[in-house]
Amino acid sequence: MTDRPIRVLIAKPGLDGHDRGAKVVARALRDAGMEVIYTGIRQTPEMIAEAALQEDVDVVGLSILSGAHMDLFPRIVAQLKQKNVDDVLLVCGGIIPEDDLPTLKQMGFAGVFGPGTSTQDLAQFIRDQIGARAGA
Amino acid sequence: MDIDALRAGQPRAVARAISGVERGGASARAIIAAIFRFTGRAHLIGITGAPGTGKSTLVNEIAKQYRRRGKRVGIVAVDPTSPFSGGAILGDRLRMQDLSGDPGVFIRSMATRGNLGGLASTTADAVKILDAAGFEIVLIETVGAGQNEVDIAKNAHTTIVVQAPGLGDDIQAIKAGILEIADLLIVNKADHDEVSATVAALEMNLNLKPMQENDWRPPVLKTIALKGEGVADAVDWIGKHRAYLEDNHLLAQRERARVRAELEMVVQRELVTRLLGGVNGSKVEMLVEKIAARELDVYTAAERLVQEKL
Ligand SMILES: Nc1nc2c(ncn2[C@@H]2O[C@H](COP(=O)(O)OP(=O)(O)OP(=O)(O)O)[C@@H](O)[C@H]2O)c(=O)[nH]1
Ligand SMILES: [Mg+2]
Repeated sequence: MTDRPIRVLIAKPGLDGHDRGAKVVARALRDAGMEVIYTGIRQTPEMIAEAALQEDVDVVGLSILSGAHMDLFPRIVAQLKQKNVDDVLLVCGGIIPEDDLPTLKQMGFAGVFGPGTSTQDLAQFIRDQIGARAGA
Repeated sequence: MDIDALRAGQPRAVARAISGVERGGASARAIIAAIFRFTGRAHLIGITGAPGTGKSTLVNEIAKQYRRRGKRVGIVAVDPTSPFSGGAILGDRLRMQDLSGDPGVFIRSMATRGNLGGLASTTADAVKILDAAGFEIVLIETVGAGQNEVDIAKNAHTTIVVQAPGLGDDIQAIKAGILEIADLLIVNKADHDEVSATVAALEMNLNLKPMQENDWRPPVLKTIALKGEGVADAVDWIGKHRAYLEDNHLLAQRERARVRAELEMVVQRELVTRLLGGVNGSKVEMLVEKIAARELDVYTAAERLVQEKL
């Protein structure tokens, strides 16, 4: 069912305080017609999973620059599972080395977007993925 | 829908039910029909005021106060939908991070989705779900409101209007609109200059209003939401307002006014859908052509549509 705007949670886990990239993405997804819940910096895995649960989002988008993703992302995925939020589309972006991609895919991240990604491509990716789920 | 899970306040069930009513249609009606008899217990508190006055920060602090007083708190925070893209940035939750990890709090962000008046058309239904889920206090934050977004007054038992220093002079205070719906006036950002001027302008405005013996005079309160200062006092005042409504049998009266407004709105929506939608679509198109060609005036056309259908 996508007879409502796609709802996206944009969160920045970890301790680094740079959220310009996350804000650019939030703004671009808004312009692409999505409802973006923006929770900002320094989000713990628990906070992210709780927001995803209460807001009943379709997509969780994580932005990370600190390099702590291989530590934080599994904890976020575990928290989501624990709260039975098992049906969200997981995407992430920021500074993420190629080598980590297979592990992230395995963890459940459908899309991993590097710093050069156009926000239009990101929006289209989300639309396609959510559309495919609705059709399934 | 799992009604037992919802009544037990399980977040997944609550979240799903709110999405259900946001979608509208038959399933939304079914949800409301199922939970309706469990509603009517919560104290509904509206928080409105101009953009950036500190509503969300204040909601965060008010919720913390109620948690200390042992109440479960549901929050609905509304932000505007872009009229151009249909998208929205829902940023109120960002200011409410102190509440995370507390199972006695549930926060839901909503976009207006084109509705005017400061709320989404489904906000009242989301509030009912929180009410049925056992949240004793429901805080409703409107969009950053101007002079016309006054629907909150019809949806809440107690309405708080938040002002910040330096936003306007005393002429602004006597214009019609948002100040008139206040049960409590809060001047937030009391750490700024000009607080006393703002308080004085609001007091003057209140003094101009003729008062009957038993009328409620909205208190003008000062807060620094960022530091939580003045918030305990504000919550005490919310309690006093509630007691005033109860003692004067006004709660039942407000409830009737609220229900009447809601009934009117639902009937309106239903009639518009029936008269203008579905099989009537082509008929409407024909009338539009005639009006555009100046063959028929708009009142006569509307009359024809209504006559035919009723
Ligand atoms: N100095 C000062 N700043 C405050 C106070 N309360 C809130 N703010 C700041 O004011 C800004 C806006 O606060 P919000 O709580 O988001 O305001 P809002 O009314 O919810 O904003 P909208 O929902 O966009 O209309 C933030 O940067 C807050 O930190 C206060 O008491 N003093
Ligand atoms: Mg706000």
